[in-house]
Amino acid sequence: MSDISVTALPPLGMITLRGDLVLLAKAVAKVTGCAKPDQRLSTTSNGCRLIWMSPDEYMLVCDHIDVADITAKISVALQKEFATIADVSDARAAFDLAGTEAQVALSRLVPVDFAAMAPTEVRRTRMAQVPAALWREGQGWRVICFRSVSRYAEDLLRNAART
Amino acid sequence: MSTRLAKGGRLINRDRPLGIRFDGRWMRAYQGDTLASALLANGQLVMGRSFKYHRPRSVMACGPEEPNALMGIGQGGRFEPNRRATQQIVYEGLEARSQNAWPSLDFDIGRVNDWGARFLPAGFYYKTFLAPRPFWKHVFEPFIRRAAGLGAAPAEPDEDRYEYTYAHCDTLVVGGGIAGLLAARAASERGERVVLVEQAAHWGGRAPVDGVVIDDLPADVWVKNAMEVLEKAENVTMLPHCEGSGVYDHGYVLCNESLTDHIAEKAGPRQRVWRVRAKHVVTATGAIERPLAFPGNDRPGVVLASALRDYVVNYGVSLGDRTVIVTNNDDAYRTALALLEAGLQVPAIIDARGAADSTLVNEVRGLGVNVHLERGIAKVIGGDTITGVAVCLQAGEGAVLQEIGCDCIAMSGGWSPVVHLWSHCGGKLNWDEARAMFYPDPTRPPTDGNGEGFVTPIGAASGALTTAEVLANVAETMDIAAPATEAETPAPLAPIWMMPQGAGPELRAKMWLDYQNDVKVSDLRLAAQEGFESVEHAKRYTTLGMATDQGKLSNINGLAVLADRLDESIPKVGTTTFRPPYTPVTIGALAGEAKGDLFQPIRRTPLHDWHDANGAYWEPVGQWRRPYCYPKPGESHADAVAREVKNTRQSLGILDASTLGKLLVRGPDAARFLDMVYTNMMSSLKPGRCRYGLMCDENGFLMDDGVVARIDDQTFLCHTTSGGAEHIHIWMEDWLQCEWWDWKVHVVNLTEQFAQIALVGPSARNVLEALGGMDVSAGALPFMGWVEGRLGDFNVKVYRISFSGELSYEIAVPANQAQALWMALLEAGVADDITPYGTEALHVMRAEKGFVMIGDETDGTVIPQDLGLDWAVSKKKDDFLGKRGQQRAEFQKPDRWKLVGLETLDGSVLEDGAYAIADGTNDNGQTNTQGRVTSTYYSPTLERGIAMGLVANGPQRMGEVIKFTRIGKDPVAARIVSPVFYDPDGEKQNV
Repeated sequence: MSDISVTALPPLGMITLRGDLVLLAKAVAKVTGCAKPDQRLSTTSNGCRLIWMSPDEYMLVCDHIDVADITAKISVALQKEFATIADVSDARAAFDLAGTEAQVALSRLVPVDFAAMAPTEVRRTRMAQVPAALWREGQGWRVICFRSVSRYAEDLLRNAART
Repeated sequence: MSTRLAKGGRLINRDRPLGIRFDGRWMRAYQGDTLASALLANGQLVMGRSFKYHRPRSVMACGPEEPNALMGIGQGGRFEPNRRATQQIVYEGLEARSQNAWPSLDFDIGRVNDWGARFLPAGFYYKTFLAPRPFWKHVFEPFIRRAAGLGAAPAEPDEDRYEYTYAHCDTLVVGGGIAGLLAARAASERGERVVLVEQAAHWGGRAPVDGVVIDDLPADVWVKNAMEVLEKAENVTMLPHCEGSGVYDHGYVLCNESLTDHIAEKAGPRQRVWRVRAKHVVTATGAIERPLAFPGNDRPGVVLASALRDYVVNYGVSLGDRTVIVTNNDDAYRTALALLEAGLQVPAIIDARGAADSTLVNEVRGLGVNVHLERGIAKVIGGDTITGVAVCLQAGEGAVLQEIGCDCIAMSGGWSPVVHLWSHCGGKLNWDEARAMFYPDPTRPPTDGNGEGFVTPIGAASGALTTAEVLANVAETMDIAAPATEAETPAPLAPIWMMPQGAGPELRAKMWLDYQNDVKVSDLRLAAQEGFESVEHAKRYTTLGMATDQGKLSNINGLAVLADRLDESIPKVGTTTFRPPYTPVTIGALAGEAKGDLFQPIRRTPLHDWHDANGAYWEPVGQWRRPYCYPKPGESHADAVAREVKNTRQSLGILDASTLGKLLVRGPDAARFLDMVYTNMMSSLKPGRCRYGLMCDENGFLMDDGVVARIDDQTFLCHTTSGGAEHIHIWMEDWLQCEWWDWKVHVVNLTEQFAQIALVGPSARNVLEALGGMDVSAGALPFMGWVEGRLGDFNVKVYRISFSGELSYEIAVPANQAQALWMALLEAGVADDITPYGTEALHVMRAEKGFVMIGDETDGTVIPQDLGLDWAVSKKKDDFLGKRGQQRAEFQKPDRWKLVGLETLDGSVLEDGAYAIADGTNDNGQTNTQGRVTSTYYSPTLERGIAMGLVANGPQRMGEVIKFTRIGKDPVAARIVSPVFYDPDGEKQNV
C-alpha cells in the first residue's frame, strides 16, 4: 500500500506581478521580505513565497487573508512604474502531497526530471492533460492548477497515489 | 510430436508445477514456461491457423518475432487477442484461446482457402472486386471483413488500469543481453544515470543458450555477476518485462513495461508506459534469425534453428526426436550440439553451401552427424506430422535425390541485426554482402537537436554476430576493456533466398516468406512481374510484412526475392520503413490513466455543483460543462427552455456566465493595443463604460467578440467568448511578444479568478436594490456602464450589458464567493419568480434579438460586414488586425452571403444548416445554393420558428420568399426578414 496522502488545500493567496523583475523584486522585498528569485526558482519569507514565472512575471503566494493588504502595499510601491498587480487567489486550486512515494506518484503525471530540480525550484509543467506547477513544500510537494480543473487534478493525484 | 524432456530447462522451475487452460483443456506447465513452451510440453504442436489460407501453424520462433503462435489471452474484461505465445509467461489458471480457426484448431473449415490457394494470388482482392460498384458496400466488403482478422476484438470494457512514468536519464540501454549489460555497467561506472530495459523476463539474452564463455565463466555465471553489480549501483534502473518500443526525436523513447501480464495476481496497473528522455540511447537489441524459403517451410515442426535451441535449453522441451537441420551458415550447427546434448537425434544437416570448414562444423561432424553439402530441401514429407524431408541439389530444380526420416526441421538462413530502434528516427543502414544482412551505418545515425547522433547500436544489433565480435564492439563503443572470450572464425555464409535455387512455379508457391499474412515467393515474383517494383509498393500489393509481426522474419527474404526477380542488387531495392512500436502496444497502455473520469479534464465553473444538484442538463462548451437547461420533473428539454425564456422576459432569469473569458489588459499602450486587436475604436472608451467589440484575424475573418470595459486610463477588461479565452490570450501575447514587443502592455488572464452571474429581466434592478449597497439606478448605472462596489456582502463589479434585449446586469465576483452570491440572488429574487436558465434559453433570446454568436453565424470564412456589423468596424482607424484583409475584392462582391432573419411561411422551425435553394445545377450536377441557415430556434416569445442565415445579397431582398432544404422532406418556404425579431427599438433594455 502506498503511504501517500493527497490534501486539497483551502484557498491560498496568490498575486500575479508583471513588469521589470528588478523593480518588482524590490517592491516585493520591501513588503514581504522575499529576496529576488533567480530564473525558475523561488524565495520565501514571512510565510510568503515569491516564484519566478517568466522573464517578466512573478507570482507571490501568501496567506489568503493577507492578499488585499500586500496587493495594496505593492501597488503603492510600484504606482509610478509600468507594472501590473492582480489578485488571482481564486483562480487556482492547490494540493499537498506527502509520503515517501509522493515523488514517484508525481512522476506518473508530470514530465519532470525531479533529480535535476533545485530545492527551491518551481516547475511550471503539464500534469496529464492540464497545466500545473509544483514545488517542494516542507517534506512534501505542493501542486497548483486552475480551479476549473481542480476536480480532475485531485482525481489524477489520488489515482496516481494508489499504486 | 513435441514433448517435455526429462532434464534441462534453465528458465523453468520443475518444483513449481501449475495448471493452464488452452481452448478449454487443462494442461500442466512449470513456473517460468512461456505459453509456447508449455503447449509444446503438452504435445500441442499446432498453435494457430494462418490468416489467408487457414493453414495449421506452430511456433517458428521463441521470442517477439514469432509470426504464428498468436493467442487470445484472458477472459471478459481481461481478454486480449493476438498475444504471442512465445512471450506470454504462464501463471496458475492462465486462459488461452487459439484464433482464426472454426470450428476448431484441429479441423478448420477455412482450410478450403488453402486448397484453392492458386486462385488467391497477390492482389486477388484488388483484381476481383472491381465491379459492379454497389457490390463493394453490400457484398464484397462485409464478406472480406468477416474473413479478415486474426483474433477477435474484446467484447467487454478493459478491467485493468494503466499508467505512465516519466523518466530521465543520461543513457538508456535497450536490451539486457551480454552487450546491454556490459554497456549499462560501463555507463554506470562513468557516473551516468542509466535505465536498462529488457523485454524478456530473464537477462543475458541468448548467450547462455549458445554456450558462450566470458572471462573463463559460463555465460550464466557471468550474467549473474554483471547483474549483481548493476543491482547495487544506485544510478541504474533495471526494468525486465519492459520493451523499448519506439525511438523519437530529441531522445524520447517509449518503453512498455508489463506488470501483471505474467502473474496470476492482477492487482495494480497492468502495464506501465515509460516515457523516457534519454541524452543517449544504446540499442542492444540483438539479431533475428531468418527462415529459409523451401517448399513446405511453414509446416508445424519446421522451426528456426536458434528457437529450437532455446526450447531445448531454456525450457527442456523438444519439437521432435529426430531433427534435420537445414542451413546456409555455421550458427545452426549449435542447434545440433544442443540437441545431441539433450539426447536427441540429428539424422542430417542439409547445408546449402559448397564448403563448410570451421571449428564448429568440424566439432559437429566429429560427433558423427552427417553433413550434406550443396543440398537443399525439395519437399517436407508427411501428413499432419512431418515424417521426413526430400533432399535435392541446391543448384537444381528440385529433383529428389533421397529422403531422410525426421519429425522436426530446424532451419537457419542467417541473421539480421534488429535495426528497428536505430531506424525509427532516421538511422540509415548498410548492406553487408558477405553476411547478407543490413546493419546500422555508424556514420549516418539519427540526429538530435545539435545534429549529433543520439542512438548507438551495440553488439549483435550493430552487426557483430560472434561473441568475440560483440564484446569487442561494446568495449570499443563504450571505451572499456573487452572481457576475454575465444575468437571464432565461422565458415562464410552463402546467401540463399530460394531453395532449390531453380525451383519452378509449383515449388515457389509452397515457399512461405510472410507466415502471418500468407505471402509466398510466388506472390512476390508476381508483384514484380505486374510492375510493383518499389519495395513499398510490392509490400502493399502482397501484404508482405503488414501483419502484426511487421515482417520481422520476412522482410529481408522478401526484398531479396524481389531484387532477384528485378535483377537488382538488394541494397538498391532497399528495406521498407521501420516504424514504432517494435511489437504491438495495447491502446490501454497508450491511454495510460486517461479513462473513465480521467478520460478528459472537464472544466467546472464555481457554480457547477449547484447546477448539478438542481437538475441541470449539461452541454459541453469547449472543455466546460454548462447547463443547457434545468428541466423540472416531467418537463421536456424544449418545455424547460420555453419556460426559462418566458420567465426571463416576463420577470427575472439568472445565468451562470462564469465561462466568459476575462482578460485584463493594462499599461500605457493598452488603448493603442486594443485599437489594433479590435475592429472598432477602444481608445475613445471612457472609464466606467463598456463597448461591444469584434476581433478579426489577419485575413479579416471574424474570430471573437465580447464586451470591453474600461477600468481606468491604462486598464481594460476584455470579455471573450466562452471557448475563446485561452486562444485570445495567446493571440494577444503573440502580437505583444513577436510584433509589438516595445509596446508597454500586460495581459493577465483573469477568467478563472471571477465568476460572472447574469441577472436578466424586467425585475433585475429590484433584486440588486434588495441586496443593497450600490446605486444601480438608470441614472447611476446606465446601459453599457459598469460600477465597482459592495453588493450586499460581496465585493463585485456590475456590468450593465445585455445579450438578451432585457434589462440585464452581469455581476463579477471572486470565484470563491460565487456560490454565496448566487444563493443570495436566488433568495432576493423569490418574489420575482427568479428562474435559472441555461445556454439554450440564452441562445433563443439572443437570436430573438438578432445577436450573432461566434461559431454559429461565423465559421472562419465570415467577415463582420457579412453580418451587418459594419458599425463595429472603424473607418477612422489607420490600421487594425484584419483591416487589410477585409479590403480584398472577394469581400466587396454584391452577391456575398449576408446575414438576414428568416421566417417560415408555415411557422415551422428551419433545419439547422439547411441550404437555400437556387436555380439550376453546378458542374457536378448538384443543386445550386444561395444561402444557409446559421441559427434556428423555436421562439417561445413569438410562438413560431425563427432563424438567422446568410443569404446571397440578403439585406437587399427583404420580403422575398426562398426555399430551404429539409432532410428527407420537401423544401420549405421562408421569407427574408430583419434578423431582429423582438423589440427592434430596444425599449426593454432601455429602462
